[in-house]
Amino acid sequence: MMPAEYFLAHIWLIPLFPLAGAAIMLLAGRRLPHSGVSVVCVGSVFLAMVYAFGAIFQLLARPVAERLVSFNLFDWVPAGAMHTATGRFVDLHVPWGMLMDPLTAVMLGVVTGVGFLIHVYSVGYMAHEGGYYRFFGYMNLFMFSMLLLVMGNNLLLLFVGWEGVGLCSYLLIGFFFLKKSATDAGKKAFIANRIGDAGFILGLFLMLGTLGTIQFTELGPAIATGHFAVGDSTLTAIALLLFVGATGKSAQLPLYVWLPDAMEGPTPVSALIHAATMVTAGVYMVARTNALFVMAPRALEVVAVVGAVTSIFAASIGLVQNDIKKILAYSTISQLGYMFLACGVGAFAAGVFHLMTHAFFKALLFLGSGSVIHALSGEQDIRKMGALWDKIPTTARTFLVASLTIAGIPPLAGFFSKDQILGHAFERSTALWVIGFITAGMTAFYMFRLVNLTFFGKSRVDHDVEHHIHESPGSMTVPLTILAGLSIVGGWIGVPESLGGVNRFQAFLEPVFAHRGGEMAEAAASSAAGSGNSMEFALMAASVLIALAGIWLAWTMYLKRTELPARIAATSGFLYKLLLNKYYVDEIYDAAFIERTKDLASTLGSFDRGVIDGLGVNGAGWVTRAVSTVSMVWDKWIVDGLVNLAARIVWVLSWPVRMIQGGRVSGYAMMIVFGVLILLAYYLHTSGFRI
Amino acid sequence: MIPTGYYLFVSLALFTIGVIGVVTRRNVIVILMSIELILNAVNINLVAFSRLVGSVEGHVFAIFVITDAAAEAAVGLGIIIAYFRNRETLLADEMDILKW
Repeated sequence: MMPAEYFLAHIWLIPLFPLAGAAIMLLAGRRLPHSGVSVVCVGSVFLAMVYAFGAIFQLLARPVAERLVSFNLFDWVPAGAMHTATGRFVDLHVPWGMLMDPLTAVMLGVVTGVGFLIHVYSVGYMAHEGGYYRFFGYMNLFMFSMLLLVMGNNLLLLFVGWEGVGLCSYLLIGFFFLKKSATDAGKKAFIANRIGDAGFILGLFLMLGTLGTIQFTELGPAIATGHFAVGDSTLTAIALLLFVGATGKSAQLPLYVWLPDAMEGPTPVSALIHAATMVTAGVYMVARTNALFVMAPRALEVVAVVGAVTSIFAASIGLVQNDIKKILAYSTISQLGYMFLACGVGAFAAGVFHLMTHAFFKALLFLGSGSVIHALSGEQDIRKMGALWDKIPTTARTFLVASLTIAGIPPLAGFFSKDQILGHAFERSTALWVIGFITAGMTAFYMFRLVNLTFFGKSRVDHDVEHHIHESPGSMTVPLTILAGLSIVGGWIGVPESLGGVNRFQAFLEPVFAHRGGEMAEAAASSAAGSGNSMEFALMAASVLIALAGIWLAWTMYLKRTELPARIAATSGFLYKLLLNKYYVDEIYDAAFIERTKDLASTLGSFDRGVIDGLGVNGAGWVTRAVSTVSMVWDKWIVDGLVNLAARIVWVLSWPVRMIQGGRVSGYAMMIVFGVLILLAYYLHTSGFRI
Repeated sequence: MIPTGYYLFVSLALFTIGVIGVVTRRNVIVILMSIELILNAVNINLVAFSRLVGSVEGHVFAIFVITDAAAEAAVGLGIIIAYFRNRETLLADEMDILKW
């Protein structure tokens, strides 16, 4: 029998399952058969899911006030004593600790649940691709990082997961590494994320230096010490810096450019990383540090405006794109903008609610698009699709469900979450609501443009592709069906009170978002009191109407009067081209930053060549050579000269000796003869001999 | 009886020819032959004085010298052949490797 709260006590195991899977893939994946890889990797995520849902249910079983589990596994960074900006001494220890509270529970459920379904789907989708084990190894590593991100009980541990998912995103975008566009997209994603991460790190340091803690559970008390007023400039700076990190990871303006390119990765990756989980990390982070953000209303305004502008900006690009995955990518950016809009107006619960429902329907959309691409042997251009409704029935029907959900048709999940966001936005500012409202219409339009062009109308599929159209295998269609079910019912846990429901989701998350700033809570309360139910009904009706209008427009333009789109494109030439080319943002970034960076690099390069190499290194070399020439002349003429002079003198003086020693035998013989003659003559002379 | 002085003149003549031969000729074999002449000049001296004194020791020495000359010729020719094999020359003024 399991001890009580077994799963809650073992939440630290959850990230370790996928980590083990990744380690096995790294060490032995190459030697495992496909079935072995599938069992290990999908199994590890399955175990993580079992433990995660076990923990979620055990958390739900606790009374509301006790729904918080946080324990430290070990002391990770024992930094020691330090002095905060407010003059407090803190003994700083960053632990490797796990946190389980309602917000983590939601994220855990989304990450492991959707992650598991996508892993199952990948078994079918990746069956015929090379690098099967590599793919699943990266996916498991991603799951580990993402789980660390949502479970870490401090901002530094969150950052570890944050960087880990960034790495896996890079690896998986560039999964088809022989394709240059894929590796380029991977690099682009990594670099854009690094820009955001720089802000994150600075925010982290500033938070550490100001508050003296980065533990999530201690943030609220540390802020509430009385040192900080609402709108404190340091807190605003921390919040803004953290939000810079969020714009990078969650693809908001101005750092969103990497996400559309990230569609180069395999489709399950797009679904898991670039739609359902990783890109929502920024929203999670803002929601997690809500205690900080509510104290910085200016930062929240920035969050709201960036979110709103991003949502309409990306949605407008999505209107005219032709690549099925690119449309979904812009849709993801747009929906993430909604989530930030929600956080920005203080409706963190609504943002997280939309995060969850978005994870369901956007994962479903991506997986569905993957199934379409799979059926069409790799075709991604919606102009070359059409009339697939009966050929791939499961995919088409689930895709339609997801499209209705994202369009916000009641009673599907997207309706509730989007409506809550729009409702809260309306309370704060009509302008933000108008932007969100128009975006909702655009969303419905581009989604049904996609649906109509893909599944209905006349077939524009290439002939040689048409013969191979087939429904995907069960491992792909079953996750689609489950996600479609979740997209339908997922919103029912958050039915607003005005529709006779109990917003259980918001109540569940309430403990996490309880410490709102006083001013904001009052503002929210007063506006809520003023508007009342009739206003809420009006807003709901408006958003449903504009969604229906978008769907009707898409139906008219792409099914009934198919000549209309071309005529509109021709008459509004400039606008159409602007949208088709994504507002030329890539080109502007190229011109403004990338080319300037290259200019800077070449300037520094010429400085290097001219000054460092030229003046410094070569100059030093030239001086050395000049000095050495002088030194050489001295050596050659004076030092060597003296030596040579001595030798020359010896040489001159030795001339007679040299003459004697000629080396020729006959010469020696001659000298012997003369010597003998001289000796003889001397002897004869001394002995008195006379001739 | 022929006076000893005549022998000495013949001997002197042979010796001088030999010495001049040793000093002036370039071919090592000719030099070796000239040395033989010198040895024979000495032999004549020895024999002539031996006869003058009336003892036999001079003859004995002469025979030793002849033996020695034979041995010397053998060794000398051997050296010359060995040298020729190495240097391919017999000219004395090219044999200057004694000076280094």
